[in-house]
Amino acid sequence: MQAYEGSLRPCLAPPIAPRRRRIILKRIRTDAELVARCRQGDEGAWAELVERFSRYVYAIAVQGFRLSEQDAEDVFQEVFARTYERLDRLRDDAAVRPWLAQLTRNLCVDRLRERARVEPTEDIEAGAVETLAELDLALDIRGALEALGEPCSDLLDRFFSRDESYRTIGEVLHLPAGTIASRISRCLVKMRGQLEGRNDGSAASGVR
Amino acid sequence: MSENAWNEERLGLLLRMLRPAPRGWVEAAAQLPRLHVVLDDLVERAEADAEFRAAVIADLEAALAREGVEPTPRVVRELQTRLS
Repeated sequence: MQAYEGSLRPCLAPPIAPRRRRIILKRIRTDAELVARCRQGDEGAWAELVERFSRYVYAIAVQGFRLSEQDAEDVFQEVFARTYERLDRLRDDAAVRPWLAQLTRNLCVDRLRERARVEPTEDIEAGAVETLAELDLALDIRGALEALGEPCSDLLDRFFSRDESYRTIGEVLHLPAGTIASRISRCLVKMRGQLEGRNDGSAASGVR
Repeated sequence: MSENAWNEERLGLLLRMLRPAPRGWVEAAAQLPRLHVVLDDLVERAEADAEFRAAVIADLEAALAREGVEPTPRVVRELQTRLS
């Protein structure tokens, strides 16, 4: 897990004109800091926490347990509603990530078992174990993605996670479409280098 | 996972796994603090004023909409539970 504690990461102003971009340093809060702020009633921190873990919770429901969109939405909202209500009960603020994962898993299993009256779900539950381990790793990689800073983090997110075409990415980031592939490749090499040289620690989970 | 196992293809696969959740879901979850404030206020007023309570119970959706909250089934259920 990439350590972000106290780190500053660069992020770009909206890409209106490339030459006008200004590098803004934004401090990434650790998971523990975020939880502490939420507990103090900081609504912005809560929105950031939801944003940070939304993909993870969504992926567990849809990819891990193959829930329908309707069931996944119910689980998603229930996870965050319970988290909001029970944040005070969290013993270790830094443990919010495994706590959220466990809560999501439990709610997904409940939902599957409700459905089991009409279709068997044992295979799904068994298969989810492996997928969930991969999703945990994927969340670590998102943390590393954020630490890359711009433009790599935006570029890789748009291409891989948002499935945007070279053309769309080029238009949004004001880059020639023909250079996108090579930039993506360079960013992946940079990320790989960062992961191989990283220090272990657990501060901020996959951000964004 | 060993450090040597990182390669661009693997990184790409892992990045693809965490796609954005639907925007509306994320926004609804982010609004939870405000929703709680609205629900607390409605319940407090309902406890203090029987007529207001009756009006809220008669049309939960309208009561929520008046407070600027989208009356999704989940929110309506929540209010119903808190008033019962």
